[in-house]
Amino acid sequence: MLDAAHPAPAAPAAEPAAPALLEVNNIEVIYNHVILVLKGVSLTVPKGGITALLGGNGAGKTTTLKAVSNLLHSERGEVTKGSILYRGEDIAALNPAALVRKGVIQVMEGRHCFEHLTVEENLLTGAYTRTDGSAAIKRDLDMVYAYFPRLKERRRSQAGYTSGGEQQMVAMGRALMSRPETILLDEPSMGLAPQLVEQIFEIVKAVNEGEGVTFLLAEQNTNVALRYAHHGYILESGRVVMDGPAAALRENPDVKEFYLGMSDEGRKSFRDVRSYRRRKRWLA
Amino acid sequence: MEQFLYAAEVVVNGLMAGVMYALVALGFVLIYKASGVFNYAQGVMALFAALTLVGLQNGQVPFAHMINATFGTHLDTFGWTLPAIVAIALTALVMVGLAIAIEKLVLKHLVNQVPIILFMATIGLAWFLEGLGDVMWGADIKMLDVGVPKGASEALMTVTEQWTGYGFYIDRLDIWAAAIAAMLVAALMVFSQYTKQGRALRAVADDHQAALSVGISLRFIWVLVWSIAGFVALVAGIMWGSKSGVQFSLSLIALKALPVLMLGGFTSIPGAIVGGLIIGVGEKLFEFYVGPLVGGATENWFAYVLALIFLVFRPQGLFGEKIIERV
Repeated sequence: MLDAAHPAPAAPAAEPAAPALLEVNNIEVIYNHVILVLKGVSLTVPKGGITALLGGNGAGKTTTLKAVSNLLHSERGEVTKGSILYRGEDIAALNPAALVRKGVIQVMEGRHCFEHLTVEENLLTGAYTRTDGSAAIKRDLDMVYAYFPRLKERRRSQAGYTSGGEQQMVAMGRALMSRPETILLDEPSMGLAPQLVEQIFEIVKAVNEGEGVTFLLAEQNTNVALRYAHHGYILESGRVVMDGPAAALRENPDVKEFYLGMSDEGRKSFRDVRSYRRRKRWLA
Repeated sequence: MEQFLYAAEVVVNGLMAGVMYALVALGFVLIYKASGVFNYAQGVMALFAALTLVGLQNGQVPFAHMINATFGTHLDTFGWTLPAIVAIALTALVMVGLAIAIEKLVLKHLVNQVPIILFMATIGLAWFLEGLGDVMWGADIKMLDVGVPKGASEALMTVTEQWTGYGFYIDRLDIWAAAIAAMLVAALMVFSQYTKQGRALRAVADDHQAALSVGISLRFIWVLVWSIAGFVALVAGIMWGSKSGVQFSLSLIALKALPVLMLGGFTSIPGAIVGGLIIGVGEKLFEFYVGPLVGGATENWFAYVLALIFLVFRPQGLFGEKIIERV
């Protein structure tokens, strides 16, 4: 298995020992003052690791990421309870720009490239908050092209005309240009062919090892995510229902059944659906 | 020959008139590009800038009429006359202040709203600014003189007289307007293509959320864009004000900018210029050749009919950004 070389940062029991970069403590998020989306989510992201946030549609993965990156405000969402600490410092009041300067950047779901800018201009916008001079930015542009050779070929094309996979790469490369310590990666596999998904995750792994960038990634594709992540959290309707080292989660019979579509009894017949529902209750 | 030369003169004058339209259209393009907002208030901003400029230059007391009516005083002017360059610099500052106020009071509260809501807000802004200009500086027609030369260019007339035997009449103000517009466009192009803030501005135009996510401050970019648009409005206000006096009908030049934008495309700076030139020349020539056959006054509607034809066959305009659609 691919992550065999990366033992999970810490077993749950030893967790306090791992240096936590990002700590989310029991946060509650409400949209438009009425819609309660997160009902007390807590998680810890250790430095240098890949942490996966898993769960189905509407589980609250994206909201959790946006609560951290503070992009919630522009969508009329608000953290009403709990705290978010980065390096032990409360970051709830920081705007996205201040967070990017601190080293936390989000790659949004659905890629969100600047369509009318060229690929290279897109990458350069990632360096907007930097003040360390154009030589350093040029160096990092080469670094990004080394991770994404495809982007170098397409550097002069308008981003709007590149393929979905290339746009995902543009979005990730753009985030890398800010020299981040932590990347919040939302649903990188969305709408991509399985082969491409594998390629994207390989790059995540390479960036994690090569640049020491910490990842918190939200993903519906549990199978791929658990192969590349070190630690996983499973969210269901706004709550963390389970967490643990990725390897352990992969072997967990419930995760296997609900998220990986495998079970010890083999394929289920349609008749068992009702009992499946009943069993699922434990998660709520 | 005489007929041909006369037509040539019409074309040249049309080009010059077109530049004046383009100056107004430019302001629209800037704001539309950066925030996807059609700024209905652009014409009024030009008026407001011109009013402020005249007021400052002549040392008028702002809100004099209102103050006099309330307190029974007889304020009128401070009794000074500022040099044109100082008055222009001060007015530019006022336009930046206006941009900051617009961002703080209006735009900030409308982040992530659909474009039509922002458009409605700019309509409100237009009415407000028109009223504010009226209350601040009075509703009378004012002369604006910041030293832009006016009247026929004698030199050009003699030169063309010598070459062709027919002296072209070209207003010096128009020549200045063309030169200033060319400089303005060149500066804006360099800014948006080659600077970091220019790139950020185009990024914001494409995707607000993504721009936020890479750490671009929308609020700063908006202030920047509205300041630039305010500056362009000031230039347009100076040119139009010098040409035809500062009066409230100035805000209606915005209506002429609309067909210019439809021709040139809402998102293209060169488009605004070329669109302005086409409209300027087109309406002059049309008036010259077809006007007499239909009883004249074609300049009132020619531009709109042309725009209508463009809307049917090329809705993004000549230079507008193609709507990117991936299947």
